[in-house]
Amino acid sequence: MIHARGLVQTFQTREGKKKTEVRAVDGVDLDVAEGEVVGFLGPNGAGKTTTLRMLTTLLRPTEGTATVAGYDVVKDSEQVRRSIGYVSQAGGAFSGARAGDEVVDHGMLYGMKGAEAERRGKELFTQLDLDGLWTRMPKNMSGGQRRRLDIVMGLIHEPTLVFLDEPTTGLDPQARANLWEHIADLRRRRGATVFLTTHYLDEADALSDRIIIIDHGRIVAADTSDNLKAQVAGDLVDLEVSDAELVTAAAQRLDSIAEAPRHGLQGVEIEGNHVRGRVQRAGKAVPGLLRDLHDADISLESIEVHRPTLDDVFLTLTGRSLRDAADTSPAGAPGATTKEN
Amino acid sequence: MRFWRESYIVFRRQLRMNLRNPAWVIIGLLQPILYLLLFGPLLKPLIKQFGATNAYTFFVPGMLVQLGIFGAFFAGFSLIGEWREGVIEAERVTPASRTALLVGRLIRDILQLFVQALILVALGYAMGMRGSAGGIVFGILLTLLVGGACAAASNALALTTKSEDVMAPVINMVMMPVLLLSGILLPMTIGPKWLLDISAWMPFRWVVDAVRTAFSGDFASSPMIWGTVWAAVLFVLAVAWGTSTFRKENA
Repeated sequence: MIHARGLVQTFQTREGKKKTEVRAVDGVDLDVAEGEVVGFLGPNGAGKTTTLRMLTTLLRPTEGTATVAGYDVVKDSEQVRRSIGYVSQAGGAFSGARAGDEVVDHGMLYGMKGAEAERRGKELFTQLDLDGLWTRMPKNMSGGQRRRLDIVMGLIHEPTLVFLDEPTTGLDPQARANLWEHIADLRRRRGATVFLTTHYLDEADALSDRIIIIDHGRIVAADTSDNLKAQVAGDLVDLEVSDAELVTAAAQRLDSIAEAPRHGLQGVEIEGNHVRGRVQRAGKAVPGLLRDLHDADISLESIEVHRPTLDDVFLTLTGRSLRDAADTSPAGAPGATTKEN
Repeated sequence: MRFWRESYIVFRRQLRMNLRNPAWVIIGLLQPILYLLLFGPLLKPLIKQFGATNAYTFFVPGMLVQLGIFGAFFAGFSLIGEWREGVIEAERVTPASRTALLVGRLIRDILQLFVQALILVALGYAMGMRGSAGGIVFGILLTLLVGGACAAASNALALTTKSEDVMAPVINMVMMPVLLLSGILLPMTIGPKWLLDISAWMPFRWVVDAVRTAFSGDFASSPMIWGTVWAAVLFVLAVAWGTSTFRKENA
């Protein structure tokens, strides 16, 4: 559905008299198959939206090529536009116009007849739980309703490929959970291919078949969430040692089964009475570790095992935490399964 | 065919929003009416010095052009609001012609200007303005042309600056010399020669002169030709600029 090769976007910025060239997107290759839901993950400013704008024909690539839905984004931009739905961060319905009017006009700009656009729009309103809001102005809607209205506009011409740019930014936890359901429905019910950008780890994890991670304008990884986690991190084992004098001894025991330190991955760490290290298949290795510790008379206050998170993946790949890079994930978000600590 | 259909969709949407919130239309109209009511009487005793006989026949054409220029200059402000809410982006991601996205808006601006012009001429007539019917029609057409040019330029400026805070001072900066050098309020001919020479470089002065001569029924005069040529040139340039900003890949 999407094939991009060597996409580059440069901007000129001016500081005083000195002009500098910023490579917002710096050689992006990506492939998305039909029917996939792909999460495009990266911190703010990593180049997500810029890449998306190139794929949706809103921005001409400085270098590189991309075909979207079988058409070249530069040469056949009109055909690309016909085939895709795009829900931008800003939305697309004017706050002071009636929702239904905006939807119908949008459909008509795709060449639909007025009556057809209205029928389809009302159908989508029902599917996205917007019943009764046809004549309401977006400024009088809740954040979640506005977002769903934006999605209705993106779907009015029945595209087979849908781009969603930061679909849940700014929504409260309930509205997010609700929107996730609707996004999951895009494929379940209409078999659409979905390409969504996000800087929320839990969102990428919950919605996507496959995750593409971008940082500083470059793709640093592309795989399923499970594979990414399995490849790079291992489980985090956190031991709390009762006797402060035995912490080093405990660290040695953990070290014998832990991953060796390498780029982006620290070895066994000691912090107060805590000893932490990454262990492959902790479920298998931990019983042996416990026997070891028992034999050495090292008693524990607690032991915790954390499955690796996407943040661990990001940390391993880039040497910094995604949450530090974009500390915006709302606390208490539903289904925040990747954040056990 | 498709182009006009798309322009019409954009136009209809704009008109619908204007009718729902007509504040700008009313403010835009109020200004020339106030000029006519409160400034017109001041001209009456001076009118002989201009070589004219009827103060309102002199003044209404100037007000028409002022309405066309300044009313249209503000057209872009609503575009910034739309841009901020993602409307322009949403329209640009459809297969619709980029020129249609601009032209639909221009037709709204020109229609609005047309209604305002009719009201202004009717009011002027009530106050004693007289002129040739054909000349008045032509004067209004010229006003619409120059108004369309200003609206296109305003839309282009809006999409370039994307900020009311930048756009307002720019418009002010443009408006002052236009107002002072085009003889809208007083004819440039009563001033010293150097001022008249400077005003010859101000395209809008020729348009004002052309509308004035049109009202008097004199179609073959040189201001008439120059004014018409300038209005047409400005219109073509502004529409080209406006379209390019809608088309521009990073708008």
